Amino acid sequence: MPNEKDMSKESVKGDKPGGDGLRVIGVSRRRVDARAKVTGQTRFADDIFLPRMAYCKLLRSPHPHARIRKIDTSRALAHRGVYLVLTGKDLPIEYGILPVSQDEQALCTDHVRHVGDPVTAVIAREELTAFEALDLIDVEYEILPTISDPEEALANPEPRIHDYGDEGNIHKRVSLEFGDVERGFAEADEIFEDTFFYQGNTHLPIEQHASVAIKDPDGKLTIWSSTQTPHYLHRALAKVLEMPAAHIRVIATPNGGGFGGKSDPFNHEIVVSKAALVLDRPVKICLTREEVFYCHRGRHPVLMKFKTGVKKDGTITGVHLKTLIDGGAYGSYGVASTFYTGALQTTTYHIPRYKFQGCRTFTNKPPCGPKRGHGTPQPRFGQEVQLDKIAEQLRIDPAELRLRIVESSNTVTANFLRLGTVGLAECIRRVVRSSEWNDKFRKLPQGRGVGLACSAYLTGAGLPIYWNKMPHSGVQLKLDRGGGVTVFCGATEIGQGSDDVLAAVVAEVLGVQTFDIRVFTGDTDLGPVDLGSYSSRVTLMAGNAAIQAAQRAKAMLAQAVAARLEVPIDRLQFADNRVFDEASAEKGVTFQEAVCLAEACFGTVGTVGSYTPPKSPAHYKGGGVGPSPTYSYTAAVVEVEVNASTGWITVPKVWIAHDIGRALNPALVRGQVEGSVYMGLGEALMEEQEFRRLPKKLSHALVHKFPSMLEYKSPTSLDMPEIFTELVEEPDPQGPFGAKEVGQGPLLPIMPAVANAVYDAVGVRIDEVPITPEKIMKALAEKNAGRAPRYGPSGFPDVDWPEALRVPPPWEGGDGNAVNDVARPSKLRTEKVKVLRP
Amino acid sequence: MSQLPVESEKTARIRLTLNGEETDVSFAPYKTLLEVLREDLGHTGTKHGCELGECGACAVLVDGKPVLSCLLLVLECEGKSVVTVEGLVEDGKLHPLQEAFADIGAAQCGYCTPGILVTAKALLDQIPHPSRDQIREAISGNLCRCTGYLQIFEAVEAAMVKISEQAKPDGKLPVAATASSLP
Repeated sequence: MPNEKDMSKESVKGDKPGGDGLRVIGVSRRRVDARAKVTGQTRFADDIFLPRMAYCKLLRSPHPHARIRKIDTSRALAHRGVYLVLTGKDLPIEYGILPVSQDEQALCTDHVRHVGDPVTAVIAREELTAFEALDLIDVEYEILPTISDPEEALANPEPRIHDYGDEGNIHKRVSLEFGDVERGFAEADEIFEDTFFYQGNTHLPIEQHASVAIKDPDGKLTIWSSTQTPHYLHRALAKVLEMPAAHIRVIATPNGGGFGGKSDPFNHEIVVSKAALVLDRPVKICLTREEVFYCHRGRHPVLMKFKTGVKKDGTITGVHLKTLIDGGAYGSYGVASTFYTGALQTTTYHIPRYKFQGCRTFTNKPPCGPKRGHGTPQPRFGQEVQLDKIAEQLRIDPAELRLRIVESSNTVTANFLRLGTVGLAECIRRVVRSSEWNDKFRKLPQGRGVGLACSAYLTGAGLPIYWNKMPHSGVQLKLDRGGGVTVFCGATEIGQGSDDVLAAVVAEVLGVQTFDIRVFTGDTDLGPVDLGSYSSRVTLMAGNAAIQAAQRAKAMLAQAVAARLEVPIDRLQFADNRVFDEASAEKGVTFQEAVCLAEACFGTVGTVGSYTPPKSPAHYKGGGVGPSPTYSYTAAVVEVEVNASTGWITVPKVWIAHDIGRALNPALVRGQVEGSVYMGLGEALMEEQEFRRLPKKLSHALVHKFPSMLEYKSPTSLDMPEIFTELVEEPDPQGPFGAKEVGQGPLLPIMPAVANAVYDAVGVRIDEVPITPEKIMKALAEKNAGRAPRYGPSGFPDVDWPEALRVPPPWEGGDGNAVNDVARPSKLRTEKVKVLRP
Repeated sequence: MSQLPVESEKTARIRLTLNGEETDVSFAPYKTLLEVLREDLGHTGTKHGCELGECGACAVLVDGKPVLSCLLLVLECEGKSVVTVEGLVEDGKLHPLQEAFADIGAAQCGYCTPGILVTAKALLDQIPHPSRDQIREAISGNLCRCTGYLQIFEAVEAAMVKISEQAKPDGKLPVAATASSLP
């Protein structure tokens, strides 16, 4: 299509994003994949059964930290029905999601770092046979001392869990200062210093991870897997298997829940791929629930210290945040997670000077990674609870305080994040009104209380995981003579409704129904790259790519139809499966006829669209984490009832308002909001990934306290409160039809709102998540003894921080570069940027 | 342990009714109903999340009652009637519960959905007009990680209304409603 660019979207009317007359967008609809889901026909990875399929099981380390001395697989190999046993020697190449932490092996060669680290793989005719054969493998370990938490990691540089990282068992230390924060504190009327602890927790998707790999008849590799990031898995497979990526096909099956837990390339995916290539037969693995707990990549436990200076009227003069992060045994997304514990604090309220120091340590526990909100729920909890304390001290209503300091639209923050529309003030006003806040706050009877909190979240990470200048999402569109439209895109359906977004935006642009559209997604062979379902990026990025492709197709159809009808191209309307003259609607053709006319004019009708986020003004080292095309905003009020004699907390109602820009399918948006509230309540009240030491006589190993769904407490249908959801819709120019994200943001205010409500109910501060009856009872005991009515961490350990990179904020003349980065002289970088921009 | 039978040794055999159809199946005797449904009978609509009776994803109806198929040996199912999500569609039409779940957004990832659908069907078969609390109670053994449950409650309630409308004599809408709506 050589003249595709000439047929620009401007020449066609009626497709202006956010314009009136939308037919599909904004209407609550049955999602395109709903019928498959309610009939049980959605094919998840473990639903794939292939002829001659063999089954894989992994032998995992029973020790939290050990050297592998010897592995003897001979007895297992001799077992009836066993086809293959793989060890680390077969897959020695290291991989990992981030280029800077390629620290995992599909099977450990000589060092195991947590209970559950895989050591060998058995592939057998039957799953039970593979399971039995695990007992026949003899592994000799040399036990190493265990590092069980960040304090131990700081105190014990040896033995090192990894031989890379900043120092000893410190994985990453960062120090950034945007403006002179000490000057900010000097200008303050009051200084608040608080420490908080946020316990780790896990995704708990109901679907256990599963993968099936085959050697294709032509000798290439195909893998179906429950992954949120088929493109990154594709890259990891090519690296470890030493195969051209072009000879590997990754198909992300619809995920039975992801929440971030299926975003890393996993050892089991690499193992079954290798086994399928060796055996030349399909190989399947489905993890047990216990193994899913060992995969983890969940919420990092984070200790935080907030120092905040405020004026008497609530104006913030400066914030200094320190975070100490328990990373677990591998890097995973950890370097990004570390930056995320500090990156988004500036996006909700105006902070003129900001200092952030973060430290992630390795420990001998399953690796932490990205869970819904990735690295930001922890500091958001601290910030929002501290604001509640500030409001009380300054005698300002917490909602009023937030309204005074809320950040405004289209500003660049102290750390050079460019904000889009900021609907936070409206969100606060909505929940204040709907919850009858003014009649409840500090006015409910003893034992009942309300709490308010706010948040912001990315609508897609502004930078890819690996450095490149290519688009973040691509869409191909094929229109056929029957009037059918097929969308091909790498986007991955994890339950959030990404297939529905693609169908909806294409249907809207082309004036057809979503049922007329077929969607092929998550397949590295069939569709162009989309980076994956993480960072709330899919609606905005794949949605914009799909709109571009659809507008290009529409332009082709319009040109052909205009010629046939002899109607000016700008008078053509696309609606109700017709293309017609808006001046006389009966003059027109069916959509199918329009496709045929276009095909006769131009040949096969196919278009492409792609999306690349705008360049970020943050040029300093670490500035790659936090930028996004735009941010969503949320405010929530939670009501609690606390039984002062048992500490038991119930939540009768939650009011939440979310600034989404525009709701593409309001039924699905509501589901994302309510699902976020649900998961937030789980984190606030009960969910924790806890560990314990086995008794001394039994190895004293550090093990997961309860790797089972029964004992890892999560809310059930009996625990769910009533939720009143409001959507604030001010279309954002960056989003498809103005849409921003909704999958993660609404989770963030729930935990601090619960903590603030507990204080309103019984007058104790629980500066720690989860907020359990036991902690409430301890805090009430403190209160009754006349001590500080609080439960939470007492201090923050000394960390040997590096010299802070000093980045003057925009209002101090900063250009987004650090003034003291020896590795990146700011002048050079600025000049480089200038050269790139003609 | 190598004395244990392997799955391909299908030494056991029973007859049961699966979604209304008399079915003979041979299987390794240690297998659960979940495993036989998915692996030997090709009914993969029934899911699993733990295989320990903790999550409810594998719920099916046995003689009309919801049971966790991961905890039930197939050997115990001789002569029983088993209904799975595949059995909810009748005459090519979705069950009102399926319609409502699809329309209201009660299925997000859809993984817990089959288990919740059959559990809700058992509830409505037993109590045609359950209260919100009875619905909560009925599905409290089915974990859903996506929705926050509220749209599931609403979908069950919407299906309840639709089923009771369909159950009216001769399946027609009440006369008053149709007559008065005519222009």
